[in-house]
Amino acid sequence: MTKRKTPMLDELEKGKWPSFISDMKQEAEAREKTSVDLQTPKECVDDLLGLLELTYVDKVVHWKHGGIVGVFGYGGGVIGRYCDRPDEFPGVRDFHTMRVNQPSSKFYSTEYLRQICELWERRGSGLTNMHGSTGDIILLGTTTPQLEEVFWELTDNLDQDLGGSGSNLRTPSCCIGKARCEFACYDTQAICTDFTMEYQDELHRPAFPYKFKFKFDGCPNGCVASIARSDMSIIGTWRDDIRIDQEAVKAYVGGELKPNGGAHSGRDWGAFDIQKEVVDLCPTGCMGWDGSKLNIDNKECTRCMHCINVMPRALRIGEDTGASILFGAKAPILEGAQMSTLTVPFMKIEEPYEELKDLVEKVWDYWSEEGKNRERLGELMQREGFQKFLEVCELDADPRMIQEPRSNPYIFWKEEDVEGGWDRDIKAFRKKHQK
Amino acid sequence: MGYDPKDPLKDRITDIGPKDYKEFLPSVIKENYGKWLYHEILEPGVLMHVSETGAKVYTVRVGGCRLMSVTHIREICEISDKHCDGYLRFTTRNNVEFMVDDEAKLKPLMDDLEGREFAGGSKKFPRGGTGAGLTNIVHTQGWIHCHTPAIDASGVVKAVMDELYDDFQDMRFPAQVRISLACCLNMCGAVHCSDIAILGIHRMPPMLDHEHLDNMCEIPLAIAACPTGAIKPATVNGKKSVAVKNEKCMFCGNCYTMCPSMPLADEEGSGVALLVGGKISNRISQPKFSKVVVPFIPNEPPRWPSTVEAIKKILYAYVDDAKKYERLGDWAERIGWERFFEKTELPFTGHLIDDYRFAYTTWRQSTQFKF
Repeated sequence: MTKRKTPMLDELEKGKWPSFISDMKQEAEAREKTSVDLQTPKECVDDLLGLLELTYVDKVVHWKHGGIVGVFGYGGGVIGRYCDRPDEFPGVRDFHTMRVNQPSSKFYSTEYLRQICELWERRGSGLTNMHGSTGDIILLGTTTPQLEEVFWELTDNLDQDLGGSGSNLRTPSCCIGKARCEFACYDTQAICTDFTMEYQDELHRPAFPYKFKFKFDGCPNGCVASIARSDMSIIGTWRDDIRIDQEAVKAYVGGELKPNGGAHSGRDWGAFDIQKEVVDLCPTGCMGWDGSKLNIDNKECTRCMHCINVMPRALRIGEDTGASILFGAKAPILEGAQMSTLTVPFMKIEEPYEELKDLVEKVWDYWSEEGKNRERLGELMQREGFQKFLEVCELDADPRMIQEPRSNPYIFWKEEDVEGGWDRDIKAFRKKHQK
Repeated sequence: MGYDPKDPLKDRITDIGPKDYKEFLPSVIKENYGKWLYHEILEPGVLMHVSETGAKVYTVRVGGCRLMSVTHIREICEISDKHCDGYLRFTTRNNVEFMVDDEAKLKPLMDDLEGREFAGGSKKFPRGGTGAGLTNIVHTQGWIHCHTPAIDASGVVKAVMDELYDDFQDMRFPAQVRISLACCLNMCGAVHCSDIAILGIHRMPPMLDHEHLDNMCEIPLAIAACPTGAIKPATVNGKKSVAVKNEKCMFCGNCYTMCPSMPLADEEGSGVALLVGGKISNRISQPKFSKVVVPFIPNEPPRWPSTVEAIKKILYAYVDDAKKYERLGDWAERIGWERFFEKTELPFTGHLIDDYRFAYTTWRQSTQFKF
């Protein structure tokens, strides 16, 4: 049993969904009984439960603002946290977070996870997040002296590094990709790992105006939300034709194959109707069904994935695959939420990814030079304009980059755009045009 | 051997990055990498992926808590060792996936997962979260470990998921529904493109700790942090500090991020806003932002009943009325936002009309509306 009375939190043990309170209590009990030589306060989970109970009563958080701690030589990966009631809850007086860089798409061996558990039971609170919002394994709560100890054991014994925080490159993340998805247009896991290794310095040592995120989505379904959540979104796509198996299309129409891979099977939506459910919902109207053959005018297709999602056994992504590159997504702080803007409609994504890395470095040079303190790339793009951004990227304007052309005619012409330049002679003008 | 505080740089290893993902792939995944042909959802929470080699991988997806103890992770490892050759994966939405390479191994795995409960009675491994249904809520840290939250995260998620539990294990929705929670406007959880977003907000301007402000903060940074220019330098009782023009405050909390002497969180002032209709996928319609439809609900620990009720109203109005494949935002746009408020029975107030950047683009410049 836990030491502290937590009547409010106990309410969260009820109901069927897994209870994090029950889990914390079992950890508190395990710490009480363990024979491990714990290097952090034995009662830290009890105290965390107590602190949370107090917060549930007060309805205002009991963690102090920030705290500058870290491991030597790194400017990220550790988040300082101190509670504001150490008098009552000494076990969580200092209770810092460490971010551990997850492997691409979060497959694990139990051998590795057990090593993490052993380390964190002894040198931390035994509580984690699997995973944090950006993707890292979050080791939740340890004391200041343990930070270097944990880092040493991670790197020396587990061959494992920390992730990013602060004005660093944040830990890159990717979808499951080719490991278990038929829609992956490039190897998201391979490039995610490659970029993480290439930019270790940027990940560990803050040198940017603010955070910078890469996210790698294998297709336009966007399972890692790169278009909403990353300063640079790499989203898989293709530029040739959707592959069609007409026999399988007929099997879907005939009811032999389950549409949507069975995703809608919890309700009776009636017999599958290819006209209504696929052809009529195509956003570009580029499909036709004549009762025996499905036609796609691929030139007009915008690769929204709907038809492929509905009939995965009949339709497959094309073979000339790569990615669209978009920049500038972020949450609302400060200028309002932004999604990424299409900047490179198509690029092949193949090792060693030189073309993409060239682009990354051009963008970073620009942002580091022009970005204000705590200005995300997307805000800089808005402040200085997309034309400027294209100049930085050394790209030509393309109608694919916009929703629509501008409706205001206030064009910032440059002198070199205008025949004869801007130097004029007022005296010559006056000879023709009197005052 | 180990870390030596007297010689911290001895044997120091840095910049080695993450573990190589290839070490962690189960053999059926490794052998069929890039060869997958199609997949099928056999029942809620159970996926089958078929490779061009004929190999199949069966995945059992179970909901998990973002907050997880090492005791619980060890239990996951034990299950994986027993059924899955010692491999598993986590999804981006805090689900856990157990994979087997033979259909015969599915049932024992599912039975094993099904039977496990926490001491308090909740399920440890609820199966579901696939297809046109509800999957796990992604969320931020909340009161458990964040320093700027307006609301808790894990507790709100638990309260909502308990109520919507059956729909985690079903696939009766018109399309998938993604609920996300961010405990303040910093939005570590980036909930701004979710079908339903639960967002922690403040309604009181920062308190000013004049006594300590100059020692704790870089005053110019605090001033520059304000997006509406509401903060000015001031001298109070002979000490350098700041003054805030309260009527210009939009309660974003950015000043507090820069200056610990300007806390915003408050028992009455802070609470929940609900946003709806965002999406990330490019399927049929383009990605879109979520829109604020409930400006404020008070914090109601431990189970946030008003928040849960409002979410149920929105969700089930959508489920009852939308067409197959329509995401929540597509439905709201088709029927019109005036109808959305009617069908969800949510009150529409002036707080829901935008007055920040690009506000004009969200007003109606048309006579096309519904009575």
